[in-house]
Order: sequence, then C-alpha cells, then structure tokens
Amino acid sequence: MEAFTAHTGRAVPLRRSNVDTDQIIPAHWLKKVTRDGFEDGLFEAWRKNEDFVLNRPEREGATVLVAGPDFGTGSSREHAVWALQNYGFKTVISSRFADIFRGNSLKNGLLTVVLDQDVVDRLWELTEADSAAEVTVDLEKRQVLAAGITAGFELDENARWRLLNGLDDISLTLQNEADIAAYEAGRPAFKPQTIQA
Amino acid sequence: MGRTLAEKVWDDHVVRRAEGEPDLLFIDLHLLHEVTSPQAFDGLRQAGRPVRRLDLTIATEDHNTPTLDIDKPIADPVSRAQLETLRKNCADFGVRLHPLGDVEQGVVHVVGPQLGLTQPGTTVVCGDSHTSTHGAFGALAFGIGTSQVEHVLATQTLPLARPRTMAITVEGELPDTVTAKDLILAVIARIGTGGGQGYILEYRGSAIEKLSMEARMTICNMSIEAGARAGMIAPDRTTFDYLRGRDHAPRGEDWDAAVAYWETLRTDDDAVFDAEVLIDATELAPFVTWGTNPGQGAPLSACVPDPASYEDASERHAAEKALEYMGLTAGQPLREISVDTVFVGSCTNGRIEDLRNAASVMEGRKVADGVRMLVVPGSVRVALQAVEEGLDKVFTAAGAEWRHAGCSMCLGMNPDQLAPGERSASTSNRNFEGRQGKGGRTHLVSPQVAAATAVLGHLASPADLSDTRTPAGVR
Repeated sequence: MEAFTAHTGRAVPLRRSNVDTDQIIPAHWLKKVTRDGFEDGLFEAWRKNEDFVLNRPEREGATVLVAGPDFGTGSSREHAVWALQNYGFKTVISSRFADIFRGNSLKNGLLTVVLDQDVVDRLWELTEADSAAEVTVDLEKRQVLAAGITAGFELDENARWRLLNGLDDISLTLQNEADIAAYEAGRPAFKPQTIQA
Repeated sequence: MGRTLAEKVWDDHVVRRAEGEPDLLFIDLHLLHEVTSPQAFDGLRQAGRPVRRLDLTIATEDHNTPTLDIDKPIADPVSRAQLETLRKNCADFGVRLHPLGDVEQGVVHVVGPQLGLTQPGTTVVCGDSHTSTHGAFGALAFGIGTSQVEHVLATQTLPLARPRTMAITVEGELPDTVTAKDLILAVIARIGTGGGQGYILEYRGSAIEKLSMEARMTICNMSIEAGARAGMIAPDRTTFDYLRGRDHAPRGEDWDAAVAYWETLRTDDDAVFDAEVLIDATELAPFVTWGTNPGQGAPLSACVPDPASYEDASERHAAEKALEYMGLTAGQPLREISVDTVFVGSCTNGRIEDLRNAASVMEGRKVADGVRMLVVPGSVRVALQAVEEGLDKVFTAAGAEWRHAGCSMCLGMNPDQLAPGERSASTSNRNFEGRQGKGGRTHLVSPQVAAATAVLGHLASPADLSDTRTPAGVR
C-alpha cells in the first residue's frame, strides 16, 4: 500500500448525500479483473451531464473530494476506491462514510477524513467560490487546512500508523502465525467444512 | 455484566487481542464469487502465498451469469473472461467451485445456507455486502472488500475493530398482509441508510421469533441498507430444524455438541445494547420505496412525499434529486405508479418461500399487458424445488418468464437490465440510480407486492386484487 503522510491539492465539491458505490463505479465496470483502468467509470452516469462538477475544466487535476454525508453506501466493491484513485483522488472528506467503503479506502491508502457537516459546508463554500483554493490533509497532525479553515479529525492510531507507513496488513497478520495456529488447534469438531482437509 | 449475541460470537473468534490494535478474528467460512476475487488471487500469486484453509472456502458463480441459454457460451466476452478467471483461480489454488451448470450453483448467499454451511455462532465473510444475510442463523456475517478477501484467503483471519451493538426489537403480531420485506424496509426508513453505521444489529422480539428462516434471511440481508455491516437473529428451534440433515450440518455426536453450543447463543438478560429501536409489528403495512436509496420508502397506501416536508437540508436535497430521477411528483399516490417490469429474485427474496408467496398471488391470474415479469430463482436447488412444486408453471401460465438462477436484474451485470426510463417493482435490495440498468427506476417491494403489481400493472398489494380469490399462504 502507498503510504499517506500529508497531501495538498485542489478540491471537487460534491454536494450530494448518499453517494452509493453504484454511482461511484457502476456494476458493468466490475467485470474487469485488474485494480486499474477504472478512471473512466468513476461517476459514469453523472459525468454524462456536462455541468456535473467533475466535468468543469477548472476542476481538472483536483485531488481532494469533498462529499455529502453517507458517502460510499451500498456494495462492498473495492473497485469504488480504485476508481477514485485511478482518477487521481488522494483523499475524500465527508461527515459520514459507509463502513465497508471506509475500510476499503484505508487499506488502499485513500485517506477518508470525517469532519463535522458544518466544516464540510465551509469547505464547499470555499472551494465553490474559488476553484483554485487548496486543501491540505495532514495525517501526521490529523488536521485539515484551507483558507480560513483549520479542523482536526479522528482516526484510530492503528489505522493511522498503517497508513503513515504504507504497511501491508497480510504481512503484519502473518507475524501472529503462532496465535492463528493455536486458535485453529482448539476449534470444535462440529464447525462446518467445505471439503475434507 | 452479560453479553449480547454479537459479543458472544465475536469473543469466541478472537485469535489475538492487544492494546491499541484491532482484534484479530478467525473466519469460519469464506464464500467467493467471480466479481470481487480475481484481484485477491492475483495478490496471492504475486506474494507466493497459498490459500490457508481450503476446507473453509467455497466459490460459486452468480453476479455475471446469464439466466437464459446457459448451455451456450456466454455472449459477453468480458463476463465470460471473469468467470473463466474464477475457474482458473479455483483450479490453481484448489478451491471448491460450483460453476454455472452445476446443481449447487446459485447466488452465494442462497447457496451457503442451503448447503448447511452457514451455522449459528460462526463467522462468515464474502466479498459482497449482502453477506449480512447469514446472520439469520446467529452467525456473525459481513461483507468485505477485495483486500480483505485476499487477507482471509492468506490468513483465515481479519483484523477488525469491535463494532457497537443495536437491538431492533419487533414486538406484537405482524398483520397477515405484512412480510419480512415490509418489516425491514420500514426499519430502514425509520433509522435511515446510515442509522446502523458502526453497529451490529440484533433483530429480536416476538415478531422475529415467529419468522421462518427464509424470512429471517430477508431481514438480515438488508441490514447493510441501514448501514450496518451485520445483522443477527438468535438461533432457536426454527434454525436447528432448518439445518438438521443438510449436507454440511453436523451429524451424530457433533450435532448434539453443536446444538448445546448454539443454545448458549442468546443475548443475556442483563446485557446492554449501545442503542435500541422498538418497532410495533401490529402497526406495519406493505411497504415500498419511492426514491433512490432504500431508506426512501413509505407504506403502499401513502403518497410520494413532498421534499419540502424534510427539515434536514441534505435529506430534502436528496428527496428532490430522487423525485427528479424517478420521474415522480410529490403527492402522487404510490398505488398509482405504473411499472413496466417486475423482478422476483435476488439474495433478498430469491428463496423457495419467496417464490411460493409470489406464485400464490399469481395463480390463476395474468401479468398485465405491457408488463414483463422475470422470476429468477436464487439457486439451482431452489429452481428444482419450485419445479417439483409446479411453481414454474404458475408463473409461465401467468405470462411471466421463468429464468435460470443468479443475481440477474438485482444489479444488472448480466443481460437482465432495465432500459433507460423503464420502471420496475423489484424484490431486490437496492433502488440506487441505474442499479438495474442505466436510467432504470426501481421500487423495492416484497414478493407478494411484486406479484400483485405484475397483475395490475401498478404498485399494489394482494389485497388490491379485486376478484374474490383470497391468496393463500401470505406471509
């Protein structure tokens, strides 16, 4: 996983709540068997409208998505995270994320930042008024900075440590091989098996 | 202090607990399908890792599979390639696979329970958010992303922060016309699509205890639509009776030991939930959605709401956007909304009881002119059972299409899709924009409402069918 320490970039204000994963990446894109090449599928239906914020020339190259509450609801498709990253987003800000999407984002180094809705409102106002306005997300300081805005955010220490160092979860877990083997040895005989091992 | 059901199952699976770290949880059953697994197998290959527990892993094909002409090569080359990738991965790594054409093939969340693999007190994961379905057995079951799929394949564990618990207590008798689907749609409308975020839901109370396993699965299935990764129901005699004798259910002494354990899986009287919601079953009615998220629903007898009636700005905006997308007007009676497509199927309502309920309404009746009705059994086993009971004949005699098992129009990854502007009454779980096809409009309904809607051509319940025949077996 790519490490995340701090990022500064221009923003895309997305004034919509309940942005579900079917909007982020429609199902027909999920037939691909790679982790890349999803950028054209990002918000595919909405991008057919030329007024959609992502289509505005002044938003080109923006890397910070500022979205409404309940971002990433619906399916468990990690393709939603890959699509945002493939397009160029480094971080997403919202007042509330769906659990599975949040977990997926942090496992891929896409930093999802939870801020109060009133801060999100101010970020929207700022970045709608000035498309060149920069937003900084600093994971070391757990802080979001923009013109006139300084807001702290929470992220549990373990997730932060993994992100800051770009650590691979599987390697970390396999350091506990002895614990896993001990647990396996104590499982009851009545537990289901798909095949005889 | 006592513990909740969720806490008991969680505690029984902790491999490692350390200060400042998420718990490392053992996974008893890992279900795979073609869409969310290819990148995970690639990761294993790159790292030179095997699948740790082939005996706790099983795969089937469901999302992409066609529901017509399944004996012919799959027309869409991209879908075909994805299915072939799953077949190669399962062959290379030694994973048990039930491919298209196999008698055990079907929607992954229908297959696990019918094989008897989903058992009380187990942890079940799958790269699919509707894995919450399996919580109906008192399992702790939740959807995971592809990185976690790879993690489980490699380690049979997941590092997870312990969620909070929420009781959804449903007391009283459900009216005869009200189904499990109506109940869960009403719950989601009440707590919202984010209401369950960070929680494991436990459905309990006298109304839940009376439900069949199929109905319980419908309820737990849609926990994710309320934002909860998992929903659970304490196992009881209904659960044990469903499991007894199934292929992978314990036998002999193992059965007795299992039941003795399963009987301990109840929330203790002195346990405390982090949140509680109380629902009066007697006040519920057939429920349908009018908007573009599963929380935007109302009783069938209601009208399309006026966005101006929402105090919360973001809800108001969402309602305005939803009405625009759905082509509806505030104040329009829901019963007057005409549909051109009816879909019966999915991991929410594609089990045998669902097909029986829909067939009981369709029997002796016809699908309205201009309406197409697709009936897609959740698995090959469900299809075979339905054929044995003559349900397929009921549907085809009514003018509906009887299809092969799979996810089908629930998410439109295969050719079963709505055309732009088409409107469906669907027994599936998501009414998101474009979910059933670009520009398609979805109303989520129960199998009984789906069937009555097919007959009348507009959203309706069996009680609206004007003839004298009383549909049997409603519930």
